[in-house]
Amino acid sequence: MHASVRQAVSVNITPPVITAAGREAAAPADLRMTISKVNFWYGAKQTLFNINLGIATSKVTALIGPSGCGKSTLLRTLDRMHETVRHARLEGEILLDGNNILAQDVTLLRRRVGMVFQRPNPFPKSIFDNVAYGLRINGSKTPLADAVEKSLRHAALWEEVKDHLHKSAYELSGGQQQRLCIARALAVEPEVLLLDEPCSALDPISTAKIEELLVQLKDLCTIVTVTHNMQQAARISDFTAFLLNGQLIEFNPTPHLFTTPSDPRTEAYITGRFG
Amino acid sequence: MTMNGQLRWRKLVSNFMLTMTGVCALVSVSVLFFILGYLVYNGGASINWNFFTKLPAPVGETGGGMANAIVGSAKLLLLATLVGVPNGFFGAIYLAEFSGSKIAFVVRYAADLLNGTPSIIIGIFAYAILVHPFNHFSTYAGGFALGVMMIPITLRSTEEFLLGVPRALREGAMALGASKWKTIATVIVPAAYRGILTAILLAFARVAGETAPLLFTALGNRYWSHGFNEPTASLPVMIYTYAISAYDDWHRQAWAAGLVLLALVLIINIIARSILARGISVPRS
Amino acid sequence: MAAPSTTVPSAGPVAGSRSFFSRLRDGDEIARLVTFLFAAWVVFLTLVIVFELWQSSVLPRHKFGFAFLRTSVWDPVFDQFGALPFIYGTLVTSAVALVIAVPFGIGAAIFLAELAPARVSDTLEFFIDLLAAVPSVIYGVLGIFIIVPAMRDFIEPWLKETLGFLPLFKGPAYGIGFLTAGMVLAIMVVPYIISVSREVLLSVPRDQREAALALGSTRWESTWKVVVPFARTGIMGSIFLALARALGETMAVTMVIGNTPLISASLFSPGDSIASVVASQFKEATGDLYTQSLVELGLVLFLLTFVLNGLARLLILLTSRRGAGTAHA
Repeated sequence: MHASVRQAVSVNITPPVITAAGREAAAPADLRMTISKVNFWYGAKQTLFNINLGIATSKVTALIGPSGCGKSTLLRTLDRMHETVRHARLEGEILLDGNNILAQDVTLLRRRVGMVFQRPNPFPKSIFDNVAYGLRINGSKTPLADAVEKSLRHAALWEEVKDHLHKSAYELSGGQQQRLCIARALAVEPEVLLLDEPCSALDPISTAKIEELLVQLKDLCTIVTVTHNMQQAARISDFTAFLLNGQLIEFNPTPHLFTTPSDPRTEAYITGRFG
Repeated sequence: MTMNGQLRWRKLVSNFMLTMTGVCALVSVSVLFFILGYLVYNGGASINWNFFTKLPAPVGETGGGMANAIVGSAKLLLLATLVGVPNGFFGAIYLAEFSGSKIAFVVRYAADLLNGTPSIIIGIFAYAILVHPFNHFSTYAGGFALGVMMIPITLRSTEEFLLGVPRALREGAMALGASKWKTIATVIVPAAYRGILTAILLAFARVAGETAPLLFTALGNRYWSHGFNEPTASLPVMIYTYAISAYDDWHRQAWAAGLVLLALVLIINIIARSILARGISVPRS
Repeated sequence: MAAPSTTVPSAGPVAGSRSFFSRLRDGDEIARLVTFLFAAWVVFLTLVIVFELWQSSVLPRHKFGFAFLRTSVWDPVFDQFGALPFIYGTLVTSAVALVIAVPFGIGAAIFLAELAPARVSDTLEFFIDLLAAVPSVIYGVLGIFIIVPAMRDFIEPWLKETLGFLPLFKGPAYGIGFLTAGMVLAIMVVPYIISVSREVLLSVPRDQREAALALGSTRWESTWKVVVPFARTGIMGSIFLALARALGETMAVTMVIGNTPLISASLFSPGDSIASVVASQFKEATGDLYTQSLVELGLVLFLLTFVLNGLARLLILLTSRRGAGTAHA
């Protein structure tokens, strides 16, 4: 499967509208999620304009752009987290494995699309209970201790906490807490993991650890990450989407976007002329 | 992907519990309207000219009023304000403008202690120092008890509002050469006046409804009370006395008096809060 | 409640460099002195209250000692005074009040903080604050004329029918007593629980709730298993506050509790609480021992509320610090 995926996605994916025909042409397994004709409003103010984007399976897709460009907003639509805000309105279609997430049950959706937040936000519980939370509420049948260990290993945290599982999560350092949040999200085995600037509150060493982690996690699940750090996007992502003022300006495989950007605005942003 | 049974159950539980919280909120709020409604319905008819102008009639006779209780409450509240407000106000100025942190801590702690003391105990205290030594009940004693209760409320709230005045304002005045007390009097207090007024009104409303501290200080009086050295009737005590009695007419008067008292307290509260809402918003204590 | 800024130093010359009387002519020093006296008076007053309570209870303290707290006989005729029935009544009515008020209060607070739109939440909170301002005697009136008959005619008979096998619900039910007093108290303290809990819940960082939702929780699960536990210290504080209020509540209780110094397992039984017995018997107390025993009861109550208020404020303070920055579970 990997060889054909690699072939299919080596083609330059440009941002025009993905038609129904186009969707059929690209093998469905290539794109875990498809965003088409998405417009978004906070109250009367429109913040996303006609976004069309495909999220490739088992790849890291980065969303970059200056502050306020809408990248976090876009990320949060992927697990319908925008619905927790009163006056948010979404139009368009977002498909997960071909099914429109807006028509599905939102609780189910959020098991399949997980999220890690900007500031580490472990629950006021023990390390074990944090990771086990998702498993417990979903009535998981697998033994909790095994599942918790598995997630913590995936998040590269197991060795550091295995003897302290029942300590409070707040006793961990910032970087460790963020890895714990990743473990917590991974525990329910999501197909897609969304990360909203996961390293912006962390020190450089923790950042490096998490970047390494994200690249490894590709095999487990599809990764979409928002970052304001272009070097980070260049380091870890396979595809990068550049947003500006709520519009998708360019979407390309990462090496292409950073070395030979197709749009002058992209070039201006990545060379630091603004942002 | 369809919902399995477990998820369906979880969603059912979620909807049920969230509805129940709404029910709790609704029931809690409706108590207020229920009380008001009850008093209006049962006491409204008894609020007439007699109520405000006549003295209580002898037991068994109808047509009495609560004129002495109304005047008595007014006298008590006047005394209370004189005892409590300056104390709280100037004390707050000391805390906000002059004091070091250690003294401030002690004073605040004492004020909180006072605030948390049950009103019946304040009544015992007032009895011990103003009734027992002189061997008679008096309006002074009742007013003093209520005043003591007003002190901590006025003190803490005023302090909060004074501290909320921005530094820039103070420093601006002092840079112009104003002395400290002049700054306080002409700049800081006026800047915080909304909050301070609110605090005083809320303290006033709080003690206006207090009954327990009056039971053995101002006691009660079926007739007019002259001056401040005699026991006096008061609205809350009358409500209590009439409500626990066995006479229907007295019950009706209790409801009427209850309505008057409740209306008074609620109106003051609403006014106080709207003064605050129109001005600066300050953290609630 | 915490105030940030330090005080601006006095504009006058450095204190101590002039004689006291010359300093006194300086307006600022007078202002400082005068306001200090007012502030000091508050401390003085508090100390005098404690002192008076102690002094004015000297007779029973010497006569009964700690047995005062253990004796259940309250017989003014034979000069036998024991606090136990009133301590019992105070604790039982407060416990009943909490059992009823806590679920209601937390439930309502959850609705106001998590579900209701901001304007609805603020409006309802406004009414809740007004409820907290309703005088105690009015609740007493509500108690006598509405709750007592309702208890006597509907609720207590129903309880006897369904749960009458429990000692809690045995015996004759006249509508007055521990249960009714607890009921009235519950109505009175619910606003405190709601107010404080709502504030505490609103201060929980929103990404806690979002993290729970992002893991596939239902709204209730995210609220109950994550948000509320995060706020649990502050909510506990609100409960302590409510308890402190309930313990000292006088008028409403004395109007419906039955005014009988009785210790009984049955909630239908009439009884008495400390505040209630002081309110009803103080005026009529003849003889110093009688009066002073009532004062000693007041002292006991004072100590109880003192401890509880302290705990409440500590808990609320702990939460507000926790929600703001680094958290320690």
